[in-house]
Amino acid sequence: MEKETDHILIEAKNLKKHFPILGGIFSKPVQWVKAVNGISLNIKRGETVGLVGESGCGKSTTGRLILRLIEPTSGEVVFKGKDIFELSKNEIRSLRRDMQIVFQDPYSSLNPRMTVGGIVGEPLEIHHIAKGQEKRELVKSLLNKVGLMPEHMNRYPHEFSGGQRQRVGIARAIALNPDFIVCDEPVSALDVSIQAQIINLLIALQEEYHLSYLMISHDLSVVKHISDRIAVMYHGIIVEIAEKEELYKNPLHPYTQTLLAAIPSPDPTIKKSKPKIKENEKDLDIFQRGCPFQNRCSFKMNQCMEDMPLLKEVDKEHWIACYLQ
Amino acid sequence: MNDFLLNIKNLKTYFYTSDGLGKAVDGISLSLKKGETLGIVGESGCGKTVTALSILKLIPDPPAKIVEGEILFEGRDILKLSDPEVREIRGNEISMIFQEPMTSLNPVFTIGNQISEVLTLHQGLKKKDAVDKSIEMLKLVGIPEAERRVNEYPHQLSGGMRQRVMIAIALACHPKILIADEPTTALDVTIQAQILELLLNLKKDFGTAVILITHDLGIIAETAQRVIVIYAGRVAEEAETKELFLNPQHPYTQELLKSIPKIESSQKKENRYLHEIKGAVPSIFQLPSGCKFHPRCPYVMDICKTQEPDLLKNGERHLARCWLLNKEYSNGKRNGSYLDRG
Repeated sequence: MEKETDHILIEAKNLKKHFPILGGIFSKPVQWVKAVNGISLNIKRGETVGLVGESGCGKSTTGRLILRLIEPTSGEVVFKGKDIFELSKNEIRSLRRDMQIVFQDPYSSLNPRMTVGGIVGEPLEIHHIAKGQEKRELVKSLLNKVGLMPEHMNRYPHEFSGGQRQRVGIARAIALNPDFIVCDEPVSALDVSIQAQIINLLIALQEEYHLSYLMISHDLSVVKHISDRIAVMYHGIIVEIAEKEELYKNPLHPYTQTLLAAIPSPDPTIKKSKPKIKENEKDLDIFQRGCPFQNRCSFKMNQCMEDMPLLKEVDKEHWIACYLQ
Repeated sequence: MNDFLLNIKNLKTYFYTSDGLGKAVDGISLSLKKGETLGIVGESGCGKTVTALSILKLIPDPPAKIVEGEILFEGRDILKLSDPEVREIRGNEISMIFQEPMTSLNPVFTIGNQISEVLTLHQGLKKKDAVDKSIEMLKLVGIPEAERRVNEYPHQLSGGMRQRVMIAIALACHPKILIADEPTTALDVTIQAQILELLLNLKKDFGTAVILITHDLGIIAETAQRVIVIYAGRVAEEAETKELFLNPQHPYTQELLKSIPKIESSQKKENRYLHEIKGAVPSIFQLPSGCKFHPRCPYVMDICKTQEPDLLKNGERHLARCWLLNKEYSNGKRNGSYLDRG
């Protein structure tokens, strides 16, 4: 029997990031915002894991931690057998070749004073992969891969539309032939008719390069389309994780159920039974104990106010953090 | 004819800029019945917001100018009214809520102040009565502890709460028409569901007609009775909601509906790719000749490149601006081939 761990490319273990709130005359931390509060997640080779949740739930922070773009408060991320937070500066540099990120906003994530050729070619130069004519040829083929023209090389980001800029961002991300890309809301800034183009490009690149994606988005239909497994985040923790069809057919956590019921469907013949969203409740005080969803949950029990529920496997590959199961 | 509350005829709003003439809205006609919810869908830059702002004469002049058209509200042409007369209508009989609830509320006044302002101005209420009415409105839109909240400033509220305040201001004078321009785009899905439900409930209570502007076809499908699809400053298609989603006639609508990922459908492994619309929305400064959608259209014909079609009828209340609806050109070319549905 083959070991499952053989396929795992990246694994986050109990990852935490707490940001200080400074106060008092000496600007000392008076309290901590637990942006990411104990996330464990693994991504297999060639797999796309979706990370969904509302704004402020910590999904982008999680993405950045997994790439070590920010330092964690505690926890580890094992990539190809090594904890990336233990790596030296030189080792980090080579790690960057294997992990990349595509940002949400193609307007602010590209340097306006660099040409597209410069933007896409920069990683090649920094990592001593190619320079001069060779680099230019590589950049041309990269632009071609993402559906741009070689003559776009000498243009500046402002000359492109949002969709084309996102293509430039993707070309830069795949330039070093990485194994893993974090896509942080890659299509949310784009027009509806452009979204499909970018999603298809990401899928095609994944098939060609056998990439693994962490797809961060608040748009559940986009995430559902592109992902293999989906993790739902709420207030710094993963409340449910499952294979996508399973998650959409059989959501077990009350928050996932609320979230799925809230999506408006573009099919007027479907009549959804809307579970009543609890109205007017205060959102959770971020310093409160217990389950983060307790204030909005219709099934709150005493236990929920005391301890935070831990993720447990209730069905094959279906994990939830809730005392109901 | 007279059951129409609002009737826009051939509205043209152009932008005169250093980049040239931008035809943001180029001949849009629409009508709204009492108590109806009309959805307007389109992508960014297609003229949805400019249409809405034109209705209330809120467009910045210069650079924009309404060059042609009529906006008949209860028989009176808003475009011909003087500024004080328009001010009488604005916020009183027609009011509007915007996408970004933070920037559309005044940060230096309490929310109580901002709701009372509408009431003292349009209904001549005394200050104390206006404050009482404000608290009542806040309760109506579901803000807890309204008595305390009325003295708070916008920054003390969450995004969803701010949008509720905007709705309270907009509905304070029981307007006949509420224009909601992307009211939930800045909000999370669960909050979005709450705000939409609130809007629909209030609509029922007050009998207000709503123009709901959005790029989200899901929101339209769940809330609107009739839909207008806008592309490049023109009405591309108009139909009742169910008809539009089940039997779209304009290739743009068809393509758009096909390209959005649907959450209900369980897709097969080999079918990972989404349907794509090639190209991008044209700039209002460089519109293509003929039909504005022809460079992206899968059914493009010679005539599309040179001549723009009129809104043609497909059934009693279904209009689409496409040559294929003209029998001369259709010759069985598109026999329902775009309908995925069995």
